[in-house]
Amino acid sequence: MAAESTLKNMALCLTAVCLICSAVVGVAYAVTKEPIDAAAQAKTTASIAAVLPEFSGVPEQGSVGMDGVEYKYYKVDDGLYAIISSTSGFGGALTLMVGIDDKGVVHNTTVLSHSETPGLGAKCTTDEHFISQFRGFDPAVKSLTVKKDGGDLDAITASTITSRAYALAVSNAVAVYHKLTDGGQGNE
Amino acid sequence: MSKWHFVTDGFVKNNPTFVLVLGMCPTLATTTSAMNGLEMGLATMFVLILSNIVISLIAPMVPDKVRIPVYITVIATFVTVLQLLMQAFTPSVYETLGLFIPLIVVNCIVLGRAEGFANKHGVGESALDGLGVGLGFTASLTVIGIVREILGSGSLFGWKFIAGDGILAFVMAPGAFLVLGFLMVLFNKYLAKK
Repeated sequence: MAAESTLKNMALCLTAVCLICSAVVGVAYAVTKEPIDAAAQAKTTASIAAVLPEFSGVPEQGSVGMDGVEYKYYKVDDGLYAIISSTSGFGGALTLMVGIDDKGVVHNTTVLSHSETPGLGAKCTTDEHFISQFRGFDPAVKSLTVKKDGGDLDAITASTITSRAYALAVSNAVAVYHKLTDGGQGNE
Repeated sequence: MSKWHFVTDGFVKNNPTFVLVLGMCPTLATTTSAMNGLEMGLATMFVLILSNIVISLIAPMVPDKVRIPVYITVIATFVTVLQLLMQAFTPSVYETLGLFIPLIVVNCIVLGRAEGFANKHGVGESALDGLGVGLGFTASLTVIGIVREILGSGSLFGWKFIAGDGILAFVMAPGAFLVLGFLMVLFNKYLAKK
């Protein structure tokens, strides 16, 4: 009952199927483009709001290079910065959003993406004791490394590598912040 | 003759996970919790029903020698549509399942049902078969997810009832194999008894 497998039939059939399928995917793309952009935007806005004290106005996006790595950041009025900082954790890249206020104090941090081990390193997203250490952390007074390395941070139990990566990401963000503010861009 | 058996067949006799042992990649990788298993199952069911319907409709017009590329194109289209829809309306679910959504294209169950059932049956029967196999897959993944979540995290659908960590191995890959193996034994023992 199937159509005969002649070259003409096969070419016609495949062409028709591909055309129809492309049209369907194209329509789906057009319909979902706006919601997808909105969802990504909402996520960024939410993570900026999570790491910074209340602010008004629209965050201004920018990027700056440091040690050969490009860091994306969002600047809000009053000298608040939300800096995206990525280091390698135990299972792959660990990407954080670090909020730093006008005095150079870390306001809060949030994990944007990670691939740490479930139940061990992945606790860096939920372990309240670990995360809360970064709130109000003043890098000018305390040292941004884990206690095992002579710093002031408690590591997550059995996840020293993840904790180190987290601390390094925050400390890189602080360095980026200083580069941004001391470099004449934010000296008002 | 009742058509109900097309649904129940997919659920029990042709259960994709425990009897046919197809689609093991998402089965092992996404069942870290009951919710993840359920979501992955539903996503696969969506593709399965639609691809079964379309393939049963176009099968008579497709020359035999190009049927596999045609089926794969149809399946890939639905998967891409699903992926876009999930990104747009359930971004958090998409983030958890991520890579495994595009991988539905190469899930043996979907192509298996297209090749083994939909191209020989009518639209209604193919839709019911897709529903049955999809439900079977969803139920299997959810059950594996429930067991792994209880043992590994001490919680169920995110509701934590045992404080502390649980047996971490069950959240990771070895636990997936163990749970799958034991559930498969139980399921087949039950089938053999009937």
